[in-house]
Amino acid sequence: MESLEPQIAEWRAYVAGSPAVNGQDVDELEDHLRHQIADLTEAGLTPDEGFLVAVKRMGDLNTVSREFAREHSGRLWKQLVLAGDEGQAHAASGWVEAFAFAAAAAVTIQVARLAADFPDEEPTWFARNVSLFVLPFLAAYFARGRQLDPRAWVLTAAPFVLLALVINLYPYDADSSTEELVALHLPVVLWFVVAYPYMGGTIRSHQRRMDYVRFTGEWFIYYVLIALGGGVLMGLTAGILEPTGVDIDRVAEWVLPSGAAGAVVVAAWLVESKQRVIENMAPVLTMLFTPLFAVMLVCSAVVYAVTGLGDAFDRDLVSVFDALLVVVLALVLYGMSAREPSASPEWMDRIQLVAVVSALLLDLMVLGAMIARIGDLGFTPNRTAAVGLNLVLLVNLVGAAWLSVRFLRGQARFHQLERWQTTYLPVFALWAAAVVVILPPLFGFD
Amino acid sequence: MHIDKDLVAASATPLVLAILADSESYGYAILKRVRALSEGDLQWTDGMLYPLLHRLRRLGYVTTEWRTPPEGRRRQYYMITDEGRQALADQQRQWVAVTRALNDVWPGSGGLLAAAGEA
Repeated sequence: MESLEPQIAEWRAYVAGSPAVNGQDVDELEDHLRHQIADLTEAGLTPDEGFLVAVKRMGDLNTVSREFAREHSGRLWKQLVLAGDEGQAHAASGWVEAFAFAAAAAVTIQVARLAADFPDEEPTWFARNVSLFVLPFLAAYFARGRQLDPRAWVLTAAPFVLLALVINLYPYDADSSTEELVALHLPVVLWFVVAYPYMGGTIRSHQRRMDYVRFTGEWFIYYVLIALGGGVLMGLTAGILEPTGVDIDRVAEWVLPSGAAGAVVVAAWLVESKQRVIENMAPVLTMLFTPLFAVMLVCSAVVYAVTGLGDAFDRDLVSVFDALLVVVLALVLYGMSAREPSASPEWMDRIQLVAVVSALLLDLMVLGAMIARIGDLGFTPNRTAAVGLNLVLLVNLVGAAWLSVRFLRGQARFHQLERWQTTYLPVFALWAAAVVVILPPLFGFD
Repeated sequence: MHIDKDLVAASATPLVLAILADSESYGYAILKRVRALSEGDLQWTDGMLYPLLHRLRRLGYVTTEWRTPPEGRRRQYYMITDEGRQALADQQRQWVAVTRALNDVWPGSGGLLAAAGEA
């Protein structure tokens, strides 16, 4: 087979070029190819003929690597970068399209801002609807990029229309706290609505759900980067134009809302097209911050256990704890989505478990105190929302902790941990939707 | 005989699990066994076997180990797990049900059911 070495090396290099196929997979495929050639030459073919037949039997490499990508979406989830027709279809929704949708979002928010006369006036309808001015364009960007059929377009649009009607027809009281809660929770609900076009309608696929989690994490990183860059730009502009007497606040009024809205779509486009660059960044950030959070959480748990809660807690503290649990959950989810699922338990999994368990202990203390207070003073919309979110997160993290203990002891598969999280995702969506739709009438739009 | 590609895809998992239930194996050997069992009727695209094997690993149906046999190159061996055996038993029940149903509507193909009975 000596004379074949250059050809095999070339084939190997070509296979290795696919981002979904890693070094070990290439070894495996090459071993297969060599076996096949050996068998064929034994049967009487020349090595060259054997090579050709073996390569042919291996199948169209684009199809094969797409299959690898489908299985190892964790390794790349870059169905867009894949070669073949599918890849071209996506390539069509390039930057022009992304910027068109971004511009549409930027203009819409500007029109709404002028109508609201923000920031001179601060009408509550503006804050309440702000995500409705932006996220439909993100959904449409995905729906177009994924070439959804008309039925899927309708299913994408329907939640937006329904929610827009619901939140604007409710007769909120003046200074209504349920209205504030709607403004806070609607973006979350709509973010889950965007998942539908993002997944091309395949919302039952657990792998695609995990892809959406990854997308969310990467999108967040890009958005923060864009915001930082935008901040530097605005700061410098202010510094340069100030002496000329230009009122920079007026400029910012125009630039900031449009920039923030447009960046939502642009960040999504960047995640879609530059996945390979950032891919190395998000896992690194998770690796870096999981141990730090674990240390912080253990210390806080010890401090609280020693000093007791005292009078320290109030509604704000529950909100802080909600934020903390969200961060811990994000670290868990992100660490999970970036992990090779077939790897055996490692130190990172243990540290993650320490972080989760300390967060749980802390949260149980706060929640106990909070429920006691509700017992004394009764429910308000804010308390209900805070405690409800807390419970939703608590159940998730208890399940996650329980499964990771089993995983670390070799009694469960990593796959089950992943499945728990992806199965739980709709619960978050439903809770946020409940706060938007059910809570206001429940509390008389107070 | 040409076998429809959906049918090939549907039978892939039980076939691979059944072969691994017999004894541990590696990619190329599994494929050769499939060809021999089906007398060449089941034509797989070779490359597709590996994503399938990796999926079974992710689901915990098989475990893997890299070994270097004395005479050859380093290769990955696949071993069935208890969960894999359960999945296989489950698949067998489903296939028996399907074959039984087909057998009932196709009079005169008695061999089908006999084959299913063995499984």
